Amino acid sequence: MKPAPFDYVRAENVGEALSALAANAEAQVLAGGQSLIAMMNLRLAKPGCLIDINRLSDLDYIRAEGDELALGALTRHTAAATSPVVAEFCPLMTAAYGFIAHRAVRNRGTVGGNLCHADPSSENPAVAIASGATLVLNSVDGERRVAAEDFFLGLFETATGQNELLTEIRIPKAPANQGWSFQETSTRKGDFALVGIAATLDCPDGACTDARIVAVGVGERAVRLDAAETAITGAAIDDASLAAAAQAARDSVDPPSDFHADSEFRRDLVFSLTKRALSEAYGRCRKEG
Amino acid sequence: MDSVKITVTVNGRRHEREVEPRRLLSDFIREDLRLTGTHLGCEHGVCGSCTILMNGQTTRSCLTFAVMADGAEITTIEGLGSIENMHPLQAAFWEKHGLQCGFCTPGMLMTALELLRENPSANREEIREALSGNLCRCTGYQTIVESIEAAAETMRGADT
Repeated sequence: MKPAPFDYVRAENVGEALSALAANAEAQVLAGGQSLIAMMNLRLAKPGCLIDINRLSDLDYIRAEGDELALGALTRHTAAATSPVVAEFCPLMTAAYGFIAHRAVRNRGTVGGNLCHADPSSENPAVAIASGATLVLNSVDGERRVAAEDFFLGLFETATGQNELLTEIRIPKAPANQGWSFQETSTRKGDFALVGIAATLDCPDGACTDARIVAVGVGERAVRLDAAETAITGAAIDDASLAAAAQAARDSVDPPSDFHADSEFRRDLVFSLTKRALSEAYGRCRKEG
Repeated sequence: MDSVKITVTVNGRRHEREVEPRRLLSDFIREDLRLTGTHLGCEHGVCGSCTILMNGQTTRSCLTFAVMADGAEITTIEGLGSIENMHPLQAAFWEKHGLQCGFCTPGMLMTALELLRENPSANREEIREALSGNLCRCTGYQTIVESIEAAAETMRGADT
């Protein structure tokens, strides 16, 4: 048996989960377990108490509500990846699922767990930031909403308090004329990204009026590439403006070197993938006139 | 560390057991139930050897605690077929040399089973993608892909 011993609490509803979190300072939430249990098997994580939320079926839903798409935190990746509702209102997420893990992991892993794990190479944090998502956190003290952009604080670190449970991800519906793209390079299919780029682009009359570009794999958390966004916004989309934005993206990151790729290679990937992402997103923009 | 009582149906048979919460489903299957067809390679979710079906969906049993399977229906490789009555996937792996050492084979078969249930006419590209989370160090995958293609053909024929 590999993991260290822990106390186990199986929550039957959200209220029970929140009470258990409030009552135990050492508690961690166990959702799909696809990252947490791997880390426990390697003894990289030794939580004193796990609160199993897998029975909270009322946190497993995908709904279009008004001008937002709402995902329950316990939505499994397979459900999100194949959902026509997600494909319609957040096509960026559907595109990102082309790169996320393998089927067996997607069957168990959850959207909420993935975000709370905050792996710096994970794709969904970039999707959440690029699409302007809001994360709904609950505790015995009530509800709190945090913008995705303010949620990811560092390596495996989020704004979630010790007594808080992520219950829902709310994503503004993508405008029908908005272009999107997710680009990634990894060592093998389904591996974590060496670099991934999520982009959305609004170009109602050929020139870009708004762009959101987010990178993963380049630091301790998913980051917006402000310089690249500034470079492309207001510009007519052509080879020169795409290259200028990609160069701005490249210059704005200082990625780490590791066993898989050195910093310079990751910078080159940021350039190429940003250019590709913007180009593909532009192709998907519905232009007027 | 209090044990937890769980009830799990494995290959159609109901089992009631007391388990420590940290007991991995993979160890529960192999050591508590003595179903050693499910293989453990990396034990951290990378190799795919321990893949089983939980409520009909492929699941890495090394990334699941047995307590999380309480009330679930599990299918392991032992539930797929027997030597006398092989599943078409098993027959095809045998026929097409879809295994050499056989270590990864249980995970390959369970993964292929889910694929062909959902997509009975999966092409080579789709088969390769479905297998991307299962590592084989012997075959180079060619014969595995060919085995699954052959099994798909047999299974389609059986349906008509």
